[in-house]
Amino acid sequence: MDLRLTADERRFRDEVRVFIDANLDPATRARMETGRLPTKDQWVAWHRTLAGRGWSVPDWPKEHGGPGWDPIRRYLFREALQAAPAPQPQQFGTQMVGPVLMAFGTAEQQRRFLPRIVTLEDWWCQGFSEPEAGSDLASLRTTARLDGDVWIVTGQKTWTTLAHWADWMFALVRTDPKAAKPQQGIGFLLIDMRSPGITVRPILTIDGEHEVNEVFLDEVRVPAENMVGDPRRGWDCAKFLLSHERAGQARVGIAKERIRRLKRIAGETRSARGRLIDDPSFRDRLAAIEVEVKALEITCLRVVAAEAKRTGDPAPDPASSLLKIRGSEILQAIATLTLEAAGEGALAAPEDEPDRSGNETSSVPDWAAMSAPLWMNWRKFSIYGGTNEIQRNIMAKAFLGL
Amino acid sequence: MEFELSEEQRLLAASLRRLLADRYGFEQRKTYARTPEGWSRAVWHDFGDLGLLALPFAEEDGGLGGGPVETMVVAEALGEALTLEPWFATVVLGGGFLRHGGSSDLRRALVPGIASGNVLLAVAHAEPAATADPGDVATVARREGSRWLLDGRKTLVLHGDVADHIVVTARVSGAGGDRNGLAAFLVRSTTSGLTRRPLRTNDGRRAVEIVLDDVAVADDCVLGEPGEAFPLIERVVQEAIAALAAEAVGVMTLAHRLTVDYLKTRRQFGRPIGSFQVLQHRATDMLIAIEEARSMAIYAAMSLDEPDAAERRRALAAVKALIGRRGRFVAETAVQLHGGIGLTMDYAVGHCMARLLAIDALFGNAAHHLARLADDGGLIRVA
Repeated sequence: MDLRLTADERRFRDEVRVFIDANLDPATRARMETGRLPTKDQWVAWHRTLAGRGWSVPDWPKEHGGPGWDPIRRYLFREALQAAPAPQPQQFGTQMVGPVLMAFGTAEQQRRFLPRIVTLEDWWCQGFSEPEAGSDLASLRTTARLDGDVWIVTGQKTWTTLAHWADWMFALVRTDPKAAKPQQGIGFLLIDMRSPGITVRPILTIDGEHEVNEVFLDEVRVPAENMVGDPRRGWDCAKFLLSHERAGQARVGIAKERIRRLKRIAGETRSARGRLIDDPSFRDRLAAIEVEVKALEITCLRVVAAEAKRTGDPAPDPASSLLKIRGSEILQAIATLTLEAAGEGALAAPEDEPDRSGNETSSVPDWAAMSAPLWMNWRKFSIYGGTNEIQRNIMAKAFLGL
Repeated sequence: MEFELSEEQRLLAASLRRLLADRYGFEQRKTYARTPEGWSRAVWHDFGDLGLLALPFAEEDGGLGGGPVETMVVAEALGEALTLEPWFATVVLGGGFLRHGGSSDLRRALVPGIASGNVLLAVAHAEPAATADPGDVATVARREGSRWLLDGRKTLVLHGDVADHIVVTARVSGAGGDRNGLAAFLVRSTTSGLTRRPLRTNDGRRAVEIVLDDVAVADDCVLGEPGEAFPLIERVVQEAIAALAAEAVGVMTLAHRLTVDYLKTRRQFGRPIGSFQVLQHRATDMLIAIEEARSMAIYAAMSLDEPDAAERRRALAAVKALIGRRGRFVAETAVQLHGGIGLTMDYAVGHCMARLLAIDALFGNAAHHLARLADDGGLIRVA
C-alpha cells in the first residue's frame, strides 16, 4: 500500500501543469476563477489547444485519437485542469456520446463523428430529460417513427445544457411504444440541431444564467443511419453513459481550487472578529470541509486505482454514486461558506454579462456579488445526472441488497 | 499509487479474522467482559501465538518488523469483533514508547515478554486538568542523585490495572503545554509511591487513575532524552490515532452489518423495514461515512511515514477529526435504525456506539483536532 505517486506520475502531472500555464488564455483562466462558465469561444479555443497536444479526449484509446492514458493519469489530468482552473474538454462529446459510439456505434458512425469530437468541430448536447421524465427517465415520451430510411421525431426535451451552442444532440427517443417494459423500445439517436422542426427555447435559472434550454422537436426528420445500435436497445447506451464517468464525479480539484480562493479572500475580508481568516468559527468550519475533501480525494484515488487494475470493459460502478453524492455536498458546503463570507455583499448582482443583465458597475467585489448566484447555481450538483436521492437508491440496491 | 494489501498482509488479516470468528462471538465476548479484568487471557495468548503482540517491534528486538499497514489491518479486525484485550495499551501505546524511546537493552529485555503475552504495558499520559495537546503535562520529574523522582496525577491509564510496566510522561522543566522540558519514563507498576485507583470507562473497559508520590526511576528506564521527549510523545500519539482510526472502521463496519441485517429481518407494517426508502437512504449514508473513514485510516497509516513534522501533524489531526465525526454518525444511525434494542447491553450495536464514542474521546476528539488543524492553516495551502 502506497499513496505516493510514482516518479513517472509526478513527471506527468508537472508536464500537464506546465502546459496549462504556458497555453491557457489568461482571460479564460480569470473568468473561470470568478466561477462563471467560460464563453463558447474560450471553451472551443482551449479544447482545440488541448487537441493540438493530443489531450482533448483524455479517456479515449489511441485508436480513436486519445492519449491512451491509464485511469490514474486521467485523474491527474482532470485535477490539474480543475486546479488551474481551466475548462475541461467539452464533456458531452468526449465523455458521453464519444464513448457510447465507441461501444455501440458502427464503424461509419465512429469515422464520421469521433474525429470532430476530438477537435470540437461539433458541439454536442444531451437530449435525455423530458418534462414528465426526470428521475424516472425511462418514462420518456418523445417518439421516433421510422418512415422509409428516416426517423420522424416528435416531442420535447428539457434541461438541455448548452443546447443553444450545440450542433448535435444525442437523444433518447421512444421507437416502440408497445414494448413490454418502459426501458425497452427506446433508441439512442443522433440529431442535427439545424434540422427543420427543432426549436431551442432558453430556460433562465434563478441565478440569472442561461445554461439550460427546452428543445422542441416537431416532425424532425433524422436519417436512419443516425441511430446508434439497436433502435430498441438505446437504454443500454444510456446506462453505459451515465455510469461511464466515475472519479470525475467527485470534482475534488474544483473543491480544492475554491478553498484556496476562499482562503485568499478571507485574508482580505473583515468579519465581526477581525480578519475573516482569523475568525475561529470560520476557520473551524473551513477546516471541517478540508477534512472532508481529503477523505473524498483518497476515496477517489482508491476507485481510480481499482479501475486501473480492472481488465476488460469497465462495468458500471456504484462507487460513482458515492463520489457524486459527497462531491456535490462538499461543493455546496464551500458555496455556503463563501456566501456567508460575502455577508451583505451577497445581495448585489454581479456586473453585466452578454447573457445576463446585472449592474454596469458596482462597488461590491465580484467574488461577493457572484457568491449568491454561484450558491444558487451549485444546487444543480445534487440534482442533475441522477439526483442524490436516486444515487442513494442505486447504492442501496447494489451494495446493501435492500 | 497502490491500495492493495500484500500477500502477507492479506494472510495476517485472514488468520486473525478466523481466530476472532472462532473465539470472539458476541456471547463469548460477554463472558470475557464479566471477568474482573474485563478481557480474556486465553485469547491474549492466542494473539501472541498469531504474532500480533510482536508485530510492530523490530526483528532484532524479538519482533516481526511490521509497519503501519500491518497495524491498520490488525486494528480493523480487532475493532470489528469489539475485542476487549489490551492490545492498544500494550502494543500500540506502551510498545510505541518502547520502540521509539527505549534503549536497545530495554527493548531486548521487554519485547520477548510482550510478544509471548506475558508482559503488559500501559501509558500514563493524560492528566485531570490537561487538554488533549500532547505537550500538556504537569507531572514533574526531578533529578535526585543518580535517579529521577516523579510527582503528579495521571488519569485514564488504559488497562493500568493489569500492566506490569507503566510509561509515565512528565516534565523536567517548563509548565503547562510547553513543548520543551518533557520526558518519559518506564515505571514498574509495583514501584513504591505509585498508587492506582480503578477507573471504569464508558465503553466497558478498565483503566486506572494514578498518583505518583516521589516515585523513583533509574536512568536505564528513561525513554528518549529527558527534556526533549515531545517528538516521542507526539509520535506515539500519532500512531495511536492511526490505530484508533482503523479500529473505528472495524467497529463501524460491524455496526453497519448488524443494521443492514436488521433492516432485512425486522418486519413492521407487514414487510421488512428495509423496504422503506427513508431507512435505505440512511443505511446508504452509513456506508458512505464508513468509506470516508476507511480512506482516512489509510491516509493515517501512510502519513506516519511523512518526514515533515508539520504536515504529519496536520494529516493526523484531519484523520482524527473525520473519524470522530463519522464514527458518531454511524453509531447514532445504527442505533436509530434498530430502535430501542440498539440501546441495550445485551445487543452488540450499543457496544459499537460506546466504543466509537470512546475512540472519538481518546487523544483529542473531533472538535479538538479540527481546532488544531484550523490553527495550523488547514490541509490545503494557499500558495
